Amino acid sequence: MTEHRKTLFDKIWDAHIVKSSEGYPDALYIDRHFIHEVTSPQAFDGLRKRGVRVFNPSRTTATADHNVPTKDQHLPIKEALSRHQVETLRKNCPEFGIELYDLGHPYQGIVHIIGPELGLTLPGMTIVCGDSHTSTHGAFGNIAFGIGTSEVEQVLATQCVLQYRPKTMLIEINGKLSKGVVAKDIILYIISRLSASGATGYFVEYAGDAIRSLSMEARMTICNMSIEMGARGGLIAPDETTFDYIKGRKFAPQGETFERLVEQWRQLKSDPGARYDEVIKFDAADIAPMITYGTNPGMGIKVTDRIPTLSELKDISEQTSFSKSLDYMGLEPGAAILGKAIDYVFIGSCTNARIEDLRLVASMVKGKQKAANVEVWVVPGSKQVENQAREEGLDKIFEAAGFQLRQPGCSACLGMNEDKIPAGKYCISTSNRNFEGRQGPKSRTFLASPLSAAAAAITGKVTDVRELV
Amino acid sequence: MSKEKFITLKSTAVPLSIENIDTDQIIPARFLKATTREGFGENLFRDWRYNSDETPKSDFVLNNPTYSGKILVAGKNFGCGSSREHAAWSIYDYGFRVVISSFFADIFKNNALNNALLPIQVSDAFLRKVFTSIEQNPATQITVDLSQQKVTLEDGSSETFDINAYKKTCLMNGYDDIDYLLSLRDEIRHFELAH
Repeated sequence: MTEHRKTLFDKIWDAHIVKSSEGYPDALYIDRHFIHEVTSPQAFDGLRKRGVRVFNPSRTTATADHNVPTKDQHLPIKEALSRHQVETLRKNCPEFGIELYDLGHPYQGIVHIIGPELGLTLPGMTIVCGDSHTSTHGAFGNIAFGIGTSEVEQVLATQCVLQYRPKTMLIEINGKLSKGVVAKDIILYIISRLSASGATGYFVEYAGDAIRSLSMEARMTICNMSIEMGARGGLIAPDETTFDYIKGRKFAPQGETFERLVEQWRQLKSDPGARYDEVIKFDAADIAPMITYGTNPGMGIKVTDRIPTLSELKDISEQTSFSKSLDYMGLEPGAAILGKAIDYVFIGSCTNARIEDLRLVASMVKGKQKAANVEVWVVPGSKQVENQAREEGLDKIFEAAGFQLRQPGCSACLGMNEDKIPAGKYCISTSNRNFEGRQGPKSRTFLASPLSAAAAAITGKVTDVRELV
Repeated sequence: MSKEKFITLKSTAVPLSIENIDTDQIIPARFLKATTREGFGENLFRDWRYNSDETPKSDFVLNNPTYSGKILVAGKNFGCGSSREHAAWSIYDYGFRVVISSFFADIFKNNALNNALLPIQVSDAFLRKVFTSIEQNPATQITVDLSQQKVTLEDGSSETFDINAYKKTCLMNGYDDIDYLLSLRDEIRHFELAH
């Protein structure tokens, strides 16, 4: 009776179908909708043109993150277009009855950091946001995926999106992680094996004892980058680690309601023998500290490996793109990446700007100094993370090391605000994308873990973190 | 709200034979600050199209007068990365109505279909053929017939493509998803109460 054995993904999807008709995409009910200033203005305009109200304002939460400065947030935003976009959000939210965590609010922060930390992100939900890294929330055992602005308008107008059911992929990682290897290395390793398009059309479930052993923060880092191999999202079945994280959070259910829900959430797992469209297994022992050398997140290697040569590429058609990519990066095929001098270090983004990431960095730099040739920005993911870092004295450690602790926002992950890496400069970054110009026109990005970024900040060059821990 | 209808198109094409073109290349983040849907075309492929002093890069295909048309032909995994719908808006605003590639990223494909921009996925072999035919004759005409789900080159060779029936109906009639979802509002209310 295999047809009754369902994956966790299918269970959650099926429980949210409002209408499923032959030839039509499913109308999927959305439990939680997050919005920010960049991908929402045209959706609100659409509602006005149609004369439609928001279907259920209590299910949408807004924050300002993409455009915001990371210094002097109490002052008006200097850049006119950024200011206009944030002001448009300030106008739209009250007009449509939506809660906004604006600049200066104690809950403001990167949209995918604040949802979980406020207890808005829960197991079993469907969650969307006009942002591809919405996959982050899947770490709690829910279906979370990024959507376009037309779909943001759909959700505002009807609390539903029209979606075709994606295929399912299981990625299982068993075994013990080596010293110096953290969640970011796991996901960069997976993407390097599958390529930047290897999971397109799929929704991924991550499983195995190496995943089970991870904290919620680490699981979020993994799910966050699912989109970088093309997957709509990634999820991890909830367990005691999940429930412990949620318990007592601001908007999480409390008391008896919480206990009752935990009992329900314990059932949120794939049935034994459930069928996936694709199953891939990795051994945790094969994973080393990773770094990217190219201009898509699939172009990653172990930090001690050499950059591939043209003849080592699997697909001849990739040669043009590969050469273009290395030209852009100013790197040679077959060269070592270890020891390559860097100019900037960016510790931040929805991938790696949670308190655990900042603690990891602090543990590495405590009592040490940054290299003289390097500028280091630590941008916390939220106001709560920033405050907690200060309470724990991490700010003092960063200050002593010569790191700048900034205010929360997306910052140099995509350089929509002033935080841009200058043309031609190399940045080792804990963010999620190394695309051409992503961190500023002609900037060059090496993606790595917070530990590797901290190590590079100290030495001023790409470093094998295992030499320092 | 009705959109432009798409039925057939015959046009020359612009070849961009690069793989994994991400939405940050299509429209860099710093140009996402507008609060309307219009005007993004001028910043399409901004950093490939212009030098830092704003002068056009002569070696980029959009600046080459040899190539023009309403069809963009690109390498595989087109539109990967960010979910920004601005990518679809900028391609449409520039004047393209069709993108042909051998593979599209999911979110881009949805965004394109929601904006009367038709993404056509063809085989690797057919894509190579399209590139070759444009290379040999930049004035070559490509015909797209949505009702037949078929793309035909001037030499008569053709390939059919997949598109989901609902989306095809929407494109051919200029419908959008919200009209359909709004018609389900009562069912959604019932679902929400029971959920």
